[in-house]
Amino acid sequence: MPHSSPCLIMKSAMHEFSITESVLNLALEKAGQAGATKVTRINLVIGEMSGVVGDCVQFFFDAISRNTIASGARLYFEPRPTQLRCHRCQNVFEPHDHDWSCPGCHETAIEIVSGRECYMESIEVE
Amino acid sequence: MVKIITIGEDILGANDARARANKARLDASGIFTVNIMSSPGAGKTSLIMGTIKALRNKVGIAVIEGDVASSVDADKIAAIGIPVVQINTAGGCHLDANMVEKALDALPLEGIDLLFIENVGNLICPNAFALGEDQRVMISSLPEGDDKPYKYPAMFADTDVVLLNKTDLQPYLDFDPAAFRKVVTGLNPDVIIFPLSCKTGEGLPDWFAWLESAVRGKKKGGHGKNPGH
Repeated sequence: MPHSSPCLIMKSAMHEFSITESVLNLALEKAGQAGATKVTRINLVIGEMSGVVGDCVQFFFDAISRNTIASGARLYFEPRPTQLRCHRCQNVFEPHDHDWSCPGCHETAIEIVSGRECYMESIEVE
Repeated sequence: MVKIITIGEDILGANDARARANKARLDASGIFTVNIMSSPGAGKTSLIMGTIKALRNKVGIAVIEGDVASSVDADKIAAIGIPVVQINTAGGCHLDANMVEKALDALPLEGIDLLFIENVGNLICPNAFALGEDQRVMISSLPEGDDKPYKYPAMFADTDVVLLNKTDLQPYLDFDPAAFRKVVTGLNPDVIIFPLSCKTGEGLPDWFAWLESAVRGKKKGGHGKNPGH
């Protein structure tokens, strides 16, 4: 990771820090339960709308995972785009900027079906 | 040998668990808890101060103030004799359930019917961190523009109530209340929207009536709507 990670000057850096702490704690808990001695990879699913900057999370992770069995683990972020479902015609679509209405029938009553994910899918351990 | 462990758990699951514990504690004391979220300057503190003034003779009120730094807001509330705990997040952009747990330890919960938790002014992430609240109340103000729900959809989708503040500025702005309402209710069909002005008092009585009724409902043994999310 470059030392000049842009997250350090972003206001949201502390958001990534709390997410990172939660990622580390959850990975250590699961690795411990499995009797693992090392965590090598952590697979995360992060929706576009969750506002999580992956580079920031890895940067913080490298710092706070030192002296734990997850030190050196690589984080992989599977992005999920924002997808909406029209309440009227059930069409699933990706919104464009200021237009969240259904491109098929122009209905504005919609449901967010993806893009808010923020979960740990799996970890790889030794 | 490399082994893959399938997890499939929310990264913020530990926060959610702590939020549920806070909620149970507040439920046991019959305290209706409101998590107030908005961008900086939308009017969270003015709204809380105005609501305290209107309801303090009817319900016991306490406040948890979340700010990046300073105790300016908490000082204002303490000055009018309301129990208040300041949380400084030291740069953090949201409150979490752990901070609220510590704040609850410092608050006298007896005699309190209504707890306001004023979140850090931010529209990006506070909605991701449940605190143990019954209801989420978001303040959006006219000068911010009617396009905010498109920019911060998760905040608007997760809230129970939207207070549309600073309606007194309507003559000076291009804000389209109908367009705002359409997109917010499109995202969140159950949301309750109260247009109001903390400056002139317009619309405030409807909010006070709703809140007082919710507080009474909880006293009768209701458990709010959001069990820790």
